[in-house]
Amino acid sequence: MKKVDLLIVGGGPAGMGAALAAHEAGVQNILIVEREKDLGGILRQCIHTGFGLQYFKETLSGTEYADRFVKLLAGTGIEVRLASMVLDITPKRAATVLSAADGIEEIQAGAVILAMGCRERPRGALNIPGTRPAGVYTAGAAQKYVNINGYMPGKTAVILGSGDIGLIMARRMTLEGATVKMVCELMPFSGGLTRNIVQCLDDFGIPLRLSCTVTEIHGKERVEGVTIAIVDGRLQPIPGTEEFIECDTLLLSVGLIPENELSRAMGLAISPVTGGAVVDNRRETSIPGMFACGNVLHVHDLADYVTVESQIAGRGAASFLKLHEAGEARVSAPIESGNGVRYVVPQKVRTDEAEPVTLYFRVTDIYKNAQVILEKNGEALLKRKRNHFSPGEMETVKLEPEWLSRLTEADKFTVRLEIS
Amino acid sequence: MFDVAIIGAGVTGAHVARELTRRSFSVCLLEKADDLCMGASKANSAIVHAGFDARSGSMKARLNVRGCALMPQVARELAVPYKNIGSLVLAFSEAERKTLNELLGRGQKNGVPELEIIDGERLFEREPQISHEAVAALWAPTAGIVCPFELTLAAAENAVQNGAVFKRGFDVIAAKSDESGLTLIAKSGETVRARLAVNAAGAYADQVAMLFGDKTIKLEPRRGQYHLFDKIANDKANSVLFQCPTKAGKGILVTQTVHGNLLIGPSMEVTEPDDTATQSAVLNKVLEVARKSIPDLNSREIITSFAGLRAHEKGHDLVVGFSKANVRLYHTAGIESPGLSAAPAVGEYAAEEIAKRLGAAPRDDFDPIRKTVPLFSSLKKAEQAALAKANPDYGRIVCRCETVTRGDILAALHSTIPAVDIDGLKRRVRPTMGRCQGGFCGSICAEILADELGVPLTEITKFGGESKLLTGRLDT
Repeated sequence: MKKVDLLIVGGGPAGMGAALAAHEAGVQNILIVEREKDLGGILRQCIHTGFGLQYFKETLSGTEYADRFVKLLAGTGIEVRLASMVLDITPKRAATVLSAADGIEEIQAGAVILAMGCRERPRGALNIPGTRPAGVYTAGAAQKYVNINGYMPGKTAVILGSGDIGLIMARRMTLEGATVKMVCELMPFSGGLTRNIVQCLDDFGIPLRLSCTVTEIHGKERVEGVTIAIVDGRLQPIPGTEEFIECDTLLLSVGLIPENELSRAMGLAISPVTGGAVVDNRRETSIPGMFACGNVLHVHDLADYVTVESQIAGRGAASFLKLHEAGEARVSAPIESGNGVRYVVPQKVRTDEAEPVTLYFRVTDIYKNAQVILEKNGEALLKRKRNHFSPGEMETVKLEPEWLSRLTEADKFTVRLEIS
Repeated sequence: MFDVAIIGAGVTGAHVARELTRRSFSVCLLEKADDLCMGASKANSAIVHAGFDARSGSMKARLNVRGCALMPQVARELAVPYKNIGSLVLAFSEAERKTLNELLGRGQKNGVPELEIIDGERLFEREPQISHEAVAALWAPTAGIVCPFELTLAAAENAVQNGAVFKRGFDVIAAKSDESGLTLIAKSGETVRARLAVNAAGAYADQVAMLFGDKTIKLEPRRGQYHLFDKIANDKANSVLFQCPTKAGKGILVTQTVHGNLLIGPSMEVTEPDDTATQSAVLNKVLEVARKSIPDLNSREIITSFAGLRAHEKGHDLVVGFSKANVRLYHTAGIESPGLSAAPAVGEYAAEEIAKRLGAAPRDDFDPIRKTVPLFSSLKKAEQAALAKANPDYGRIVCRCETVTRGDILAALHSTIPAVDIDGLKRRVRPTMGRCQGGFCGSICAEILADELGVPLTEITKFGGESKLLTGRLDT
């Protein structure tokens, strides 16, 4: 059986960032297993710019952003296996890997970082009624057809959901000569980044219809149109507001789901809110030596934040390996989401943590002039006013070391909003 | 000239074809679509009913009970996923307990073995997740679940392996009788000569009958809508869970599928023979009623919803027998539930009757074992390792949700009745069937199809006809 110190599942931005950070922290024998033929994950099909502003302080395309990490990997001695898929992992960190080159191989790892990314919610998950013709794609699948295969998935499109990939594809399809009739968003606000709404819709005159959804798909063999309708406060279509929109394509950008099948199979605790593992501030999961980072942990708005998180996981795994902590009892205090906050990652902070810990959170709704409050055992540690909060954008708040000293598992942190 | 031409390659037509090849018949199986199993057979509850439901003395009762008894052997011979998980009809009141007694009596009269009514601890031990409102249930251990597509494909492939001819895209628009036989004319202009035709046209059996001057088949197609859940939800039901039948029908069932998902449905609406559109109000109702059996159903775990057709005949029974209007026509019509369960028995019964009429000797070279290759995901780890080592195509995962390898896809493109489109691949080896519904692997499947069929990517369809995936190349 092959042995490695650190096995990283997935060679996207999370996996690469984690590998590099672990390497810098002194981990010797690192293996990245990637199912595609190239490193980079979903960034390989992201030819638009907007990556790297936070991390590299310059604007890069997704492919360029990924390429920076691929170049950094060269010469580190970090082993990469491409076109290889991890079929299962045991809680004792033994992985079964399948590839054309090596068939099935068992690999025992000292620590594991899960970095499998996420997938898009498909039509079925939305329960859009109607016929089942060709021409209904998730935005990411359409993006692959256009940017990787060089084919157009349609000529006239309606896009349901204003997630970032949908917004990017609205512009991409338009640039390639297709007509994008509109982007419909169920919620009264967009889940995408403001800059994408401006640059991908407004600049091209593509209407964004808020509080609007697709209620039926028409067409026997190929999509012939969709019925859209305005929804009420409970997100239910309002009878009488239906409108038929002729189109040959429906693109869906209605949410991303962390890809946690491997994690579930090994019995990892999964948060029902994020769909990802429950982790402490080092991104260690409920199983010792098993870490998670990137979109498999929670869906990020920017690749840059994925990179930052992957470095935390990489360093966490390195410290686990260095201290042979497998038998050590981990004690942590919970971090909870209060009013107006959908989730906070990490969900726990180790009681022995001495460094500052950044908490990443998303709000539940659009809020104007609200303030973030960070509490410890019900007492406010920090209050910060902001005039705009949006569920589409990740927010952060920092736990200072002084609040972490003499921490016990009976302590509790809460992040909440106070809405004025 | 064929001895028998079967019109319609659904589950019934395929099993009639297979059973006919047990004898010295030359057989042709005609399908109007580009692939088999494109009508009522492809979307249903995938249940092998025990047979207590149908009116005693009916063809439904007779052929269901026989089909259920044949299924384990048929599934083994044809390498079709089948699980004998048994079924329960749940009663939620004392009045419904009475219905259970009626069903028990009817089942015993129909010859269904091992039926019994269970309650209390025995019931909840068997099904820990059912509603606590349940007071008793009719336990039918012979019931099971099967893959309807595989049951169709495998029977048709086995028939072809035993000499039958399968023709796709053969849409019969006219049938002319003469002294020596029949000429069946397809929309494409192609013709087939046969001594006898079998009407296995599912929801179109009435229209096919008319081509032969037979106006006795009166279909009233009924649509049923379903939700399919992710495999996470699979443990909700150990056996097939029915509710007590009412005047509106057999009601909503909850069951595992042979592939490890959870299925709930169907609804029932009278409709047109090609109307498989789903409706949101109906689907919401399906979920609501299913929760009466299993309260803890999470709608977020639904991966797809679909509608299927049932070719209900106004006489409320399966019409299996020679046409009274045309001596060269044999009907297997009005095949609604339990048509899937009955299919092997319909095949057996029809072949016997046809042999009596046309005269044919049994063959000694009939091989009931379907030649096929197993799916990578169905193998044990050591077998997977050996296969991946011997053939690197099995080391390359195409569909991550269902663990489908490139080797599986290529096998489905070079089998006895190969796939020619995305849905054909999906039904044979399951890419695009899983929780991402083709988000990742759809384009890879399309690329492999284009390569193997030797056509441009723009010609690849979802299910034939104009269901093309792409509208053109990027302008460069």
